[in-house]
Amino acid sequence: MSALLKYYQQVLRIRRIEEAIAARYSEQQMRCPTHLSIGQEAVAVGISANLTTADKVYSSHRAHAHYLAKGGSLERLIAELYGKETGCTGGRGGSMHLSDLAAGFVASTAIVGNSIPLAVGNALHQQVQCLNEMSVSYFGEGATEEGAFYESANFAALRKLPVLFVCENNRYSVYSPMSVRQPPNRSIVELAKAIGLNAVDVDGNDVEQVASVSAQLIDGIRAGNGPALIECHTYRHREHCGPNFDDDLGYRPEEEVQHWLSRDPVKVLADALSAQGLSQAEFEDLENQVQREIEYAFDSALAAPFPDPANNGQYVYAE
Amino acid sequence: MQNKAMTTFAEQVNRAQHEAMKADPGMLVFGLGLTDPKGIFGTTSGLGEAFGEQRAFDMPTAENGMTGIAVGAALAGSRVLMTHQRLDFFLLAMDQLVNNAAKWHYMFNGQMKVPLTIRLIIGRGWGQGPTHAQNLQSWFAHIPGLKVIVPSTTDAVANQLYSAIMDDSPVIFIEHRWLHQQQCEQARIGDITAKPQSVRIHRTGTDFTIVANSYMVLEALVAAKQLSALGVETDVVETSELEPATWQPVYDSVSKTGRVIICDSAHTSFSVASEIMCSVTEKCFGSLKQVPIRMGLPDYPEPTSIALTKHFYPTADSITKMVMSSLQREIPKSVYQNIGNDRTRPHDVPGEWFKGPF
Repeated sequence: MSALLKYYQQVLRIRRIEEAIAARYSEQQMRCPTHLSIGQEAVAVGISANLTTADKVYSSHRAHAHYLAKGGSLERLIAELYGKETGCTGGRGGSMHLSDLAAGFVASTAIVGNSIPLAVGNALHQQVQCLNEMSVSYFGEGATEEGAFYESANFAALRKLPVLFVCENNRYSVYSPMSVRQPPNRSIVELAKAIGLNAVDVDGNDVEQVASVSAQLIDGIRAGNGPALIECHTYRHREHCGPNFDDDLGYRPEEEVQHWLSRDPVKVLADALSAQGLSQAEFEDLENQVQREIEYAFDSALAAPFPDPANNGQYVYAE
Repeated sequence: MQNKAMTTFAEQVNRAQHEAMKADPGMLVFGLGLTDPKGIFGTTSGLGEAFGEQRAFDMPTAENGMTGIAVGAALAGSRVLMTHQRLDFFLLAMDQLVNNAAKWHYMFNGQMKVPLTIRLIIGRGWGQGPTHAQNLQSWFAHIPGLKVIVPSTTDAVANQLYSAIMDDSPVIFIEHRWLHQQQCEQARIGDITAKPQSVRIHRTGTDFTIVANSYMVLEALVAAKQLSALGVETDVVETSELEPATWQPVYDSVSKTGRVIICDSAHTSFSVASEIMCSVTEKCFGSLKQVPIRMGLPDYPEPTSIALTKHFYPTADSITKMVMSSLQREIPKSVYQNIGNDRTRPHDVPGEWFKGPF
């Protein structure tokens, strides 16, 4: 299979999973705040192409793509959204606290910037223990406004820790544009360089660019050259939290929305594969494969039991 | 240190860290000033030399980020001990403590553990003032998932700290600065690996129960002697673990005496003393002969000037007077003059050894 086809398969899979969640969210059975990754899938797929299962990933509230691209279990994700016992945290955490340790996806957390230090702490452990693995911290551009980002990046640079910071810049923090949050002409890449990180920015909707540039950064990290940051310019298609489109609110310029939709990673990849001669039947096969997997995940989540509230007092402290 | 007849609280805190670092070769220890020439009041001296800068290190001035880094390293499998010279600075790290450390084991359904201990030092006196002297023990005790240990005595502190470090749950370990020079015979130091007592009975009597923790235990013990001279025999009960499930000895004592005063080194309202008073009332209601008494700090911040702090902190004298007054017994004038007479030092230092500034 060509690299492009593989990327397409993964980007498409995440897209269709997120769309299926969106489609069923209004049934009111997935009762937890859910931040969909639709539009931003290429970042997670491109980064994950350079990671092994042993590498450890931390993410933020918008984590489905990061979790899935790292190999997190789809069944356990969907079951978690439904609050079922078979969910990845048994109904304790919901969409904003995902984990699949077997896949090397340690955790996502809900508070902005809050998981960045955790990834750096993971990298500290890896360095002190001389482990042949690295850490990845995903966050949005809003998190670069949090003190936790500076504090973590500073320590990572100081100790040359094996960590890649992945900043998904989707330009909005909920409804707040960059213009009310960061001075004009501020460059997150230059900021990161000044802190001591090896830093570059890429088109986050171009999966091949994300993969190839992050590969170079990751090679440097694995060689012991210290931490790096990749800023991925991308766009959130739907509302901050929830299943809907919200451009009727008028908080984003129409031309901007159209510009990014025309560069939708699924569309860009499909166009490229069409140009390479992928047939309609082959496209349909890929769609069908994904649909079967999704239906199975939803069926098994719906069939699974709820966790027993009698166990609510369990795991307050480690045994 | 090992060959002296006497040892101090600070030396025992130091010893516990050395022993833990030896017992767990993966353990990390860090904090601002950890390896500087003063070694956090001597409590961390020698760790850098003994274990190397990979495992024992000074850190950037970044309380929240570094606490998160400690949590991340602990989740990955490193046992971590972090120290803050003043509790007040640690307030910057509430997100990492409350949202991550405390909840992680629960939130991820028992799949990960946080073997993290955080030492916090409370200042007092010499003008520590509004932001260098807060004992916020009740904040931490309020959060499910955190264990809170508040040591008081040199003979027990190494055991308590070692046990906290070896716990796989996050532990807040609150040291009072005025305890660091407290002396004790080496011979009284027990096995560092034993299970520590969560509640300790220091003295027994049938007339009154005095409950205290942290520095207030020392004041309570002085008050107990004063009261004994006045014909009032007391139980002095130390609650070093702030977990109601372990407080049965407190209830047993109050059931016996029917009278209790609970001393706190924090503001009185919404305090640990309030929680103990509430639990005691629930558990021992039928045995109570009088309304339980709370004695903590006033509900305003600590001022700085020596002229303003004279009556800010309760002392042994205040405990004695409060107990006698609640029993409606007079303190004979001749005795009254003697109370506190052994204290010739100014009220804002723990002893002659303390020359400031912090």
